[in-house]
Amino acid sequence: MSFRIIVLAKQVPDTRNVGKDAMKADGTVNRAALPAIFNPEDLNALEMALKVKDQIKGAEVIVLTMGPTRAAEIIREAMYRGADKGYLITDRKFAGSDTLATSYTLFLAAKKLLPFQMVICGRQAIDGDTAQVGPQVAEKLGIPQITYAEDLVSVTKNKVVIKRRLERGVETVESTFPVAVTVHGSADNCRPRISKLLLRNKHSRTITELQTEIKDYTELYAHRPYLTIDEWTVEDLDAEAIKLGLSGSPTKVKKIDNVILVHKESTVLSNDDREVESLMKELIEQHIIG
Amino acid sequence: MYNHQKIVKVKSVFVYCEITEEGNVAEVSLELLSKGRKLANELSTSLEAVLIGHNIKGLPAHIFPYGVDVVHIADHKELFPYRTLPHAAVVIDLFNKEHPEVALFGATSVGRDLAPRVSSAMQCGLTADCTSLEIGDHFENKTQREFKNLLYQIRPAFGGNIIATIINPETRPQMATIREGVMKQEIVDKNYSGKVNNIDVSIILKDEYFAVKILERHIEQSKINIKGAQVVVAGGYGVGSPENFRLLFELAEVLGGEVGATRAAVDAGYIEHERQIGQTGITVRPKLYIACGISGAVQHRAGMDQSAKIISINIDPKAPINAIADYTIIGSVSDIVPKMIKYYKANSK
Repeated sequence: MSFRIIVLAKQVPDTRNVGKDAMKADGTVNRAALPAIFNPEDLNALEMALKVKDQIKGAEVIVLTMGPTRAAEIIREAMYRGADKGYLITDRKFAGSDTLATSYTLFLAAKKLLPFQMVICGRQAIDGDTAQVGPQVAEKLGIPQITYAEDLVSVTKNKVVIKRRLERGVETVESTFPVAVTVHGSADNCRPRISKLLLRNKHSRTITELQTEIKDYTELYAHRPYLTIDEWTVEDLDAEAIKLGLSGSPTKVKKIDNVILVHKESTVLSNDDREVESLMKELIEQHIIG
Repeated sequence: MYNHQKIVKVKSVFVYCEITEEGNVAEVSLELLSKGRKLANELSTSLEAVLIGHNIKGLPAHIFPYGVDVVHIADHKELFPYRTLPHAAVVIDLFNKEHPEVALFGATSVGRDLAPRVSSAMQCGLTADCTSLEIGDHFENKTQREFKNLLYQIRPAFGGNIIATIINPETRPQMATIREGVMKQEIVDKNYSGKVNNIDVSIILKDEYFAVKILERHIEQSKINIKGAQVVVAGGYGVGSPENFRLLFELAEVLGGEVGATRAAVDAGYIEHERQIGQTGITVRPKLYIACGISGAVQHRAGMDQSAKIISINIDPKAPINAIADYTIIGSVSDIVPKMIKYYKANSK
């Protein structure tokens, strides 16, 4: 019996390090100015998938990512760490997808990989922080979900036991397969790259990437067909066009406001002892403290 | 698009109410009922609550005073503790029958697990972690169509660098999740009363919804009560180390307050996640907020800008947070905080 684990991963702009040039004058975001990274919680998800693979003989880990050509970097990165294969889901028709259209697209892609036991992804992506795509993919696949997974307690060919991190505690749950799991950032960090895998996969490219390569990879690819990263477009997914991209996205952005601070009349003090003392006195007199 | 509804009269505003370990309606749900009542008034419609759990027959009486017109109640021993599939099945069944105009969920472990599952099944839009909700119109240029009385779902986006107003013009319900503490709790009338609709869960629940079994649970009462604190001493990345955070704890202790933090300080490992204030953390409205080494990203400000008085301690005179501070002290946290402790002790009785 085969055991297949699908990891949903996303390449995201690093919103944690937004510099001044990341915002355009009109208040919109200049995505090009931000470094693109492997969504942090998707790395936790990849680690959990690899842990399952460690324990189930013959298990395979397949990464699905949706995005432009450069998102293939995510797939290579995952393969350096132990993933077996990846597919880049890429098409201009996916542009403007909100979480519902994204989950529909990922659902169609996952369906092509049936039968599988687990779909694992990060709880949320740092460019949106919505935590919606995982549960929405699970709903469309008609499978149960385990959100906020923190620890893989045990796994066999028939069931998995997972510890979940909740706001005020933890919960340990058991599920049969198939099941979708979203992984919390408090789970184990992803293992580093393995040099053997780095050497094996560093020339992996999508068809589109190969077209822009200066080097001729024809012979290499003839000997090592596993280097090809498959691209799936709308045509490969058997999709209802109206459910994709902008038309499949019920949420619309009505407006974007640049963040403008309303200035209060602020009293500026120095670190001088007398100034600090008079402030504390004032707060005590006003019954704000004490 | 999908689920077009022929809108004859505006349908109700629904709030999914969470049940606590102690069997009460969660604070966040009471806050959403209060906001839901206001939205329902603007839309000239009713407010309806959804209660799903076990031994909860007594709870409707507790929530009617918030202005609830109808309570839909599903009471069954398999419905507590919360599990995704059975709760989702009850909510989806109800929404398919009642066609809510608006549906609000807490942005909690439960709400953020349940709402996306429901929105996917209903094929409708959902906006996470809203910091404000308003009613307004929308004119769509492309189709030259006008939409009246939509729910504006307002949230910081993209690392807090922008504020986005999201709408769902065509799908219903218009769904949103909102963090605890963002909306204010308000009782409309302690004698307010409505109807109770008992849901027959036996025809909804199927064995397959119980595929996920709970083996063990440890839910603790939150030991940290930042939300209820009159004084909050909060630290950002600029505090610089877990050691420097101890100074903040000392100040909070002498002032009778609590310690909070920004996401950057939490991510840096200076302090535990339970203390995070902001859009993806707790929202606070203390009498005094002391921001130590906090630059003031909009997501953080969303969780504290309603504080009565704000003091910013920062070495950078241009830190964005200074713009909303009543007092700005230019200096380092390790220098200023001990002075504040010293002069508070010297001057208080």
